[in-house]
Amino acid sequence: MSEFLLEMRGVCKSFPGVKALDHVQLQLRPGSVHALMGENGAGKSTLMKCMFGIYTMDEGEIYIDGTKTQIHDPMDALKKGIAMVHQELQPIPARTIGENIFLGRYPMKKALGFIPVVDHKKMYEDTAELLKKVRMDFDPRQKLGELSVSQMQSVEIAKAVSANCRVLILDEPTSSLTQNEVEALFRIIDDLKKDGVAIVYISHKMDEILRIADDVTIMRDGQYIGTWPASEMTTESIITKMVGRELTNLYPKRENKPAEVVFEVENFSSINPKSFRNVSFNLRKGEILGVGGLVGAQRTELMEGLFGTRSHTTGTIRYKGKDMKINRPKDAIDQGVAMLTEDRRGSGILGVLSVADNISVSSLNKYLDFGIMLNSRKIDALVDENVQKMNIKTPSGKTQIQSLSGGNQQKVLVGRWLANDPDVLILDEPTRGIDVGAKYEIYCIIADLAAQGKSIIMISSEMSELIGMSDRIMVMCDGRVTGFLEGEEATQENIMSLATQFE
Amino acid sequence: MQKTKKSPIEAIVGYIKANPIVVLLVLAAVIVGITKEKFFSWGNLNNLVSNTAVRFLIALGVSGCLITKGTDLSAGRQVGLAACITGILVQRADYASRRFANLPEFNMWVALLIVIALGALFGFVNGTIITRLHVPPFITTLGTQTIVYGICLVLTDAQPIGGFNNQYIKRVTGRIGDVKSFYIPYLFFVALFFGLLFWFLYNKTRHGKYMYAIGGNENAAEVSGVNTAWTLTKIYMLAGVMYAVAGYLLAAKAGGASSGLGSGYELEAIAGCTIGGVSTTGGIGTVGGVLVGVLVFELLKIVLQFLGVNPYYNFIVQGLVIVVAVALDIRKYIAKK
Repeated sequence: MSEFLLEMRGVCKSFPGVKALDHVQLQLRPGSVHALMGENGAGKSTLMKCMFGIYTMDEGEIYIDGTKTQIHDPMDALKKGIAMVHQELQPIPARTIGENIFLGRYPMKKALGFIPVVDHKKMYEDTAELLKKVRMDFDPRQKLGELSVSQMQSVEIAKAVSANCRVLILDEPTSSLTQNEVEALFRIIDDLKKDGVAIVYISHKMDEILRIADDVTIMRDGQYIGTWPASEMTTESIITKMVGRELTNLYPKRENKPAEVVFEVENFSSINPKSFRNVSFNLRKGEILGVGGLVGAQRTELMEGLFGTRSHTTGTIRYKGKDMKINRPKDAIDQGVAMLTEDRRGSGILGVLSVADNISVSSLNKYLDFGIMLNSRKIDALVDENVQKMNIKTPSGKTQIQSLSGGNQQKVLVGRWLANDPDVLILDEPTRGIDVGAKYEIYCIIADLAAQGKSIIMISSEMSELIGMSDRIMVMCDGRVTGFLEGEEATQENIMSLATQFE
Repeated sequence: MQKTKKSPIEAIVGYIKANPIVVLLVLAAVIVGITKEKFFSWGNLNNLVSNTAVRFLIALGVSGCLITKGTDLSAGRQVGLAACITGILVQRADYASRRFANLPEFNMWVALLIVIALGALFGFVNGTIITRLHVPPFITTLGTQTIVYGICLVLTDAQPIGGFNNQYIKRVTGRIGDVKSFYIPYLFFVALFFGLLFWFLYNKTRHGKYMYAIGGNENAAEVSGVNTAWTLTKIYMLAGVMYAVAGYLLAAKAGGASSGLGSGYELEAIAGCTIGGVSTTGGIGTVGGVLVGVLVFELLKIVLQFLGVNPYYNFIVQGLVIVVAVALDIRKYIAKK
């Protein structure tokens, strides 16, 4: 009997042109949390997909309880006690919680003694039971689509638990959770640990790793770097091993002081009474205004309202004393406002199009000859300029943007907005899902823009990022602005207390 | 930035891998051409060119809808309606059984402008329903397909329209050169003109870039300041114009029009686009690809004809080609797993 519940040895996996995994190993002890760390593209998700049977390994072995085994597909993995909560959830929003949890293995009964039908009563009773186990208090018959992303995540975990899993893979489970929800998740993880479940935990958040992990395995560029007890690790040592070099500064030094007020929002309210309401704030030239709050604080909705993707009822927006009328994104763009959206894949990149098309799409008016014909030389110049200035790693401007890493995609999108030379730049979670090295580069770009006199609004759910980057922090709770913090006052505690000022 | 240069052989191998169905069909044509005489004749080639030209125009129209993840099922019926309206307008004043005896005989160019305007109008209706009422394109155009067919039946009273103005027929079906030696039908130049126009539109204008952007990610396009509703509406209007031109040409080519004309052309056009690499998942497709797709589909028809295959089997073969082409196309995207 091996001391490991599950062991992977010498795993290799190649995709056309890339060696995603190169002789990687992983050893999971029962009743432990094993953090799997590495920059984006290091191969963490690929390794997990091999374990879960979504990918077939080119080379390598998997042992469960010391016995060599093979995992052919996700169904097979579930049978062998391995469950996975995906980075991108794949639920069916139009169906109930119960149906989602028991999808594909509905409890059956015989109607009239011989017609097999789904036993709804049993299904919902079992669902209620499971939800209790993950400390979630929902109606099992509620439509999944009515839940928030974090609640859906809990349902996914309940689903994994319901499969009586012995190994649970959590791929960035907290990326969309609030602090309270993270705590709830940690309690569930503790419960599972006590039951002897081995948990693979993928996350970029150091504080979480140091808190809950027992072991840490670090990968870099598809290579196995090593495994250490979490108690021996620090944030610095993990980052150093992940990026393979020392990172001295987490945030760039800010070189400018905000000047006069240029952008004013007054009494701005959504048409939805539950969304943002009576919001007033101002923004100075060259200022970075951080926007903090819990998920559900309506920060994104407020910014979408300002940018014209959402409707508002009352309120005025003024730029340099002049009223702005914004009813759709085009209005905002024409008046010098830009917005980098939170959901890079959903409303940011044009996946199948080239880097050049992605950079130029919102400023095409600038590259016209004779008022009609696009001048590809001007577009190429724009691409070259951005590639150099922001150090975008791409084989060429013709490369499909979806083949770039998250950080490089984000730089392309920043380039798209800068091409319009906006005065006010709204950045919604600009570093979400971006690895540590690229994060710093994005921070430098943001600080540089502020120094050039652009006014920046930055939504972030990462406290340290908010505090490290902002001149001033506006905190929201439940659709209202609950306060502003500046200088010494800008601490995690103060932000949290403002963010939880529910009425 | 570095550019990787491919050797010609690599490029050819790459093309074969990327477009197996095209290569296969061209190969079939070559084999048939070698074994059957008259296949490589000037007459047969021109037959192919004329057939392809009209189908190409319809496919160009549909391509914009497909690239933006939509579709246009009303294409075929719009072609039919345009043909019938053209027929009614250019019926000779002295023709005995004119559909509307009191209607004057229109100049052929005026007739063209009228059907183009009507095509744009139908496209505008399609686009408006899709973008303002948010009815999915499949359903919208399924509805308008039926409506357009109904209008056509009412207008023609389900009777064939004939007795066209001779000048109209001669101009459209005319050719440059001598029938006995070297000649090129005017239709070739029409197709060439529109092909170049669409190439320019798709590659060199904002409209084209916006179209690909919407196909790539409509939300992102909207957020980037693209007026997605109006761009889509323009795409459907332009499609309507193309169907109108195709109908106009088709009526002259056939020497008559009836309400049944154009039935099923939308499916051929969609098939041609798909074989030519217009992706069903949006954002991808080129004018050259559309041309190849349509050409190959027409080639297939002629090959089957030369092989003496019972025409009833044609549909089965064509259907298979469509499914296989799309299956192969999709493989490119799922092969990454």
